[in-house]
Amino acid sequence: MLDVRGSAIAVSYIIAAVLFIFGLKQLSSPSTARAGNRTAAIGMTIALAATLLDRQIISFWTIAIGTLIGAAMGIYFGRTVQMTAMPQMVALFNGMGGATAALVSVAEFLRLTRVGDSIGVGEATSIVLGTAIGAISFTGSIIAFGKLQEILPGKPLQFPLQRVVNGLILIGVIVLGAMVVMSGGTAILWALFAAALLLGAMFVLPIGGGDMPVVISILNSLTGLAAALTGFVLHNQMLVVAGVLVGASGTLLTLLMSTAMNRSVANVLFGAFGATNSDAASSASAVGHTVRQTTPEDTAIALAYARSVVIVPGYGLAVAEAQHTVRELATDLEGRGVDVKYAIHPVAGRMPGHMNVLLAEANVPYDQLLEMDQVNGQFPQTDVVLVVGANDVVNPAARDDPSSPIYGMPILDVDRARNIIVLKRSMGHGFAGIDNALFYHEKTRMLFGDARQSLTQIGQALKSA
Amino acid sequence: MSQELVLGIYVFIMAIFVGFEVISRVPSVLHTPLMSGTNAIHGIVVLGAFLVAGSADSPLLHALGFIAVVFGAANVFGGFVVTDRMLEMFKKREAVQGEKKDA
Repeated sequence: MLDVRGSAIAVSYIIAAVLFIFGLKQLSSPSTARAGNRTAAIGMTIALAATLLDRQIISFWTIAIGTLIGAAMGIYFGRTVQMTAMPQMVALFNGMGGATAALVSVAEFLRLTRVGDSIGVGEATSIVLGTAIGAISFTGSIIAFGKLQEILPGKPLQFPLQRVVNGLILIGVIVLGAMVVMSGGTAILWALFAAALLLGAMFVLPIGGGDMPVVISILNSLTGLAAALTGFVLHNQMLVVAGVLVGASGTLLTLLMSTAMNRSVANVLFGAFGATNSDAASSASAVGHTVRQTTPEDTAIALAYARSVVIVPGYGLAVAEAQHTVRELATDLEGRGVDVKYAIHPVAGRMPGHMNVLLAEANVPYDQLLEMDQVNGQFPQTDVVLVVGANDVVNPAARDDPSSPIYGMPILDVDRARNIIVLKRSMGHGFAGIDNALFYHEKTRMLFGDARQSLTQIGQALKSA
Repeated sequence: MSQELVLGIYVFIMAIFVGFEVISRVPSVLHTPLMSGTNAIHGIVVLGAFLVAGSADSPLLHALGFIAVVFGAANVFGGFVVTDRMLEMFKKREAVQGEKKDA
């Protein structure tokens, strides 16, 4: 007899998979991106509704109550979160997805064991990998969330023999996984789950805040992979497709971000970058140099009489929540006939595209935002560069000083502009913990203080200029 | 290897190619929405949680299923809502100026 329900589910899943792919395609252009997100959401609705038809489901209560609570939480946080807090929000949702994948894998193993079915090697392997990767992604994301939310220190947390300990945990996870595949046993699977949870936390702890764009991308890709593996566990091809799409996108972003820092993914994960202040590099460039300070009034005049201004935002802009203030200043300048552009470094901020989101929130049109390759050729013709809370991404040492730890990282060549004004809280080091020769450059003026306050003062001075 | 596993691996490999092909042209302006949008999509594992929670026959499986459904649903709903909020803000210069005139 024809299985109407089974066919309906299968067809719905195919439609959902197509909608996911189509939605992602639309996400790749700013004009269709919003529709793309909605297309994917429709795919999700169809897939979830179809799943409820599954004969395996005998009780709807747990599903209904769980979905209500989860949806209420998700919608509340999604609606109320500040745009500056977006990196930690993404990390948190990512961790929840990882946890779901791990729990589903564990539960399926328990169910199969209890029913007494023999679990094939392929199935057992999928369960082991789904559990381990999901769990790593969960605790890794939670630690990343803690660092971004500043519950945990953003600096790398290190202790003696850290790599050895982490290596041993990794070996433990692999051995336990092999044991589950070969001989089964729910106790061993729980042990694997616990070890993987520990591993996820331990691998993110030694990674510094500025490397977060790479870490978040990796975690995103891991959760996608865990979801795909759950698809193998449940023999559900649509889960495989959706999970792999996310895995591919996360991998691509990971590679883009590490390329933008000129570092390998392994170096980001195991380098504990920024843990030590490289005194050698800083003393060499700082000796005998002086910092030239400026005032909001002088800055306003420099900006008002410029023909072209390029604003370079960094993480400091997000911390000071100065995106609206900087846009107001830019609008005033444009009113005076100044050509204003924004230069966005790929790893500025704490997640891929972080600065773009903040500036979009402040109503900056996205065609005013220039990428590194577009803008670098324009700096020699730029009258004033205004650096707002960016540091390492404008450090000329990355280009000129082979002894610098960040040597080789592509930077914004702001030192080639005619004048440079740097808004900064203090002379503290950037995330990489190294000195920035730009601050001692003869063309550079430093304006110390909270970025938002400084920008407000410049704006007021501009009105009387 | 079971037929089903082989099919799964086929789908897995094809999806990798589709994924890279579709996403490789995303401009850096959209990296954050791409990440949070795909973040919502991997929330699809919640359907696995539905199956677990709906077929649970022991208190432990009920508990596991319930937690998984809550986390998964938060991931899906939160992910799509936050991405939509973000994308609503992305505008071209004409659109931004047009809006100001309206206001």
